[in-house]
Amino acid sequence: MEEKYYKKLWWKIVFTTLGFSLIPLFALGITIYYQFSVSYTAKIIENLKTLVENRRSSMDLFFDERVSQLVTVANTHTLKQLGEETYLNKIFKTMQTRSQSFIDIGIIDQEGNHLAYIGPYPDLKEVNYKNEDWFESVLSKGVYISDVFMGFRKFPHFIIAVMSREGGKTWILRATINSDIIENVVRAAQIGKKGDAFIINKRNILQTAPRFSGELFGHPQTPDFSKTVETLVEEIVLDGENNFFAATEISNAKWILVIKEDPKEQLTPLLKARYIAVILFLAGILIIVIGTLLTTRSMMNKLIRIDREKAVSEDMVIQSSKMAALGKMAAGIAHEINNPLAVIGEKAGWIKDLLAEEDVAKSKNLKEFEDAVRKIEYHVERTKKVTHRLLGFARRMEPTLERVDVNKTLNDTVDFLENESKYRNIDIQVDFQPDLPKIMSDSSQLQQIFLNIINNAIDAIDKGGEIRIKTTHVPKNNEIMIEVTDNGPGISKENINKIFDPFFTTKEVGKGTGLGLSIVYSIIEKLGGRIMVASEFGQGTTFTIYLPVKE
Amino acid sequence: MAEEFNVLVVDDEDDFRETLVKRLKIRSLNVWGAASGQKALDLMDEMVFDVVVLDVKMPGLDGIETLREMKKKKPLTEVILLTGHASIESGIEGIKLGAFDYMMKPVNIDELLDKMRQAFERKVIHEEQP
Repeated sequence: MEEKYYKKLWWKIVFTTLGFSLIPLFALGITIYYQFSVSYTAKIIENLKTLVENRRSSMDLFFDERVSQLVTVANTHTLKQLGEETYLNKIFKTMQTRSQSFIDIGIIDQEGNHLAYIGPYPDLKEVNYKNEDWFESVLSKGVYISDVFMGFRKFPHFIIAVMSREGGKTWILRATINSDIIENVVRAAQIGKKGDAFIINKRNILQTAPRFSGELFGHPQTPDFSKTVETLVEEIVLDGENNFFAATEISNAKWILVIKEDPKEQLTPLLKARYIAVILFLAGILIIVIGTLLTTRSMMNKLIRIDREKAVSEDMVIQSSKMAALGKMAAGIAHEINNPLAVIGEKAGWIKDLLAEEDVAKSKNLKEFEDAVRKIEYHVERTKKVTHRLLGFARRMEPTLERVDVNKTLNDTVDFLENESKYRNIDIQVDFQPDLPKIMSDSSQLQQIFLNIINNAIDAIDKGGEIRIKTTHVPKNNEIMIEVTDNGPGISKENINKIFDPFFTTKEVGKGTGLGLSIVYSIIEKLGGRIMVASEFGQGTTFTIYLPVKE
Repeated sequence: MAEEFNVLVVDDEDDFRETLVKRLKIRSLNVWGAASGQKALDLMDEMVFDVVVLDVKMPGLDGIETLREMKKKKPLTEVILLTGHASIESGIEGIKLGAFDYMMKPVNIDELLDKMRQAFERKVIHEEQP
């Protein structure tokens, strides 16, 4: 029952303490980690945005340069000049000194026929472009940049065409550009081991060869970014893995540059932070749990001790109030009995006096009368002893205080009982602390206490046994402790709570009044001490008396 | 037997007082009885008692007050207190007020006689040295 209560209390304290300690720890840890994660992710996104825009600028610059080069050539020369292949060749060579990216160049009239062509594929001169999509487009818009294609040349390239007017005639300057250059620019944006970068057109067809995300001219194995206009950065789960994607439009070519990053690489510092946080967190939990358990244990021990002390002191309060009530009752009864007893005694005495007179002496029943009167007197005497002891128990006489050497008082008592104990073959062993302080007490009352206790021990053993008497000074409360231990039959559990009650005796009727220990108890209480009993049934009994030294 | 002297027994319990008076009389003492403290004080005005046996607990004037009055009237009269009850304190108080001694009821007649003789001796000594 008690055990269960303490167990329950233990859990309660442990849970409350852990709750109040761990909840703030959790909240703090999660908040800090979350904030760190958010700001770190924001930084990665920012970096990615910068990267993609940077690449885009390079690309734009590249296209601007090429277009303006071609526009300049177209506008500063006449169709007649450029129509001559030797002249065109001269110009093409000049252009190639600035940029190796030009593969060939051609002049096309408004009917789609090649007027002149300089480049590694002279056969193209015979091709008519009138039905090509780009031909219409350049005529309507003035400038055209194609998607990348293999074309007749069997390697990836694209064309830039610009339109020029001269008089009423419209003609087109067309140049082919190796897309290696673009590949190189894009490749520079392929970060880390798993990062990727590529370009798609408006139909989500790859314009450059990505590292992992697909084949040139195929669809990339990524979400469709072909409708991207403004720069965007997104975190997208792909095949169960988190990826950062950044996409932006290259305005000249109407292409979209896509950069993919593996967050695992980018977020390594964040993961490290998480790892450290988890370790610190676990260590924190461990410390809190250990601390809680230790504190709770010491608290529980203290609590149990206080509870026990309280129970003991409550027991003593109950015992002493019981004694007070019983004392009053005993005094009342003794008084009520004593007065009639006195009358009985006097009357018996009077009869005895009269029996001594002559005339009665002749009666034949004289012996019977004398016998009866003697018996009455004997029993009056016996009753008187009981009532006087009762009164002794109940009386409230202030003890006279003097310096008492308890060792000496005990020795006197033992000497007094020596004959009795020898006769019963009982060995009395004493173990006195030699420098036991003298106490302020009443020596005759102490003697009565010791006599009672040791006598009880002798009676308990009956024949053949040992009594040990020990004195010790207890400096903590400045009191002395007297222990009287016998190896008699002990006191049963149901009796041990009653032994200080008046009239409680286990001796034969007429042999004990049952007042000895209750008198001992009340005397010790008056002397400011306390008495305790411990007994193991069948093993023996120890009475422990504490008496204050009182300076 | 020692010389005769005058004794007054004061007790409200008639059976006790009357019997004790009779028993003391056949022991050659001059004994009177009084049923209350007031009657005892009245009797003391009429004659001289050497020893008074006084019960402590009585209705009306109790033993201690009676003792106080007696000592005022006749300081040399010796008083033996009888208590039927726990109050050793009242016995001690009585001795402080000048009682010779106190005894607890029921009392053995021979012990009482001894006490009375001792009390009478003390009275005689006190009278010889004024």
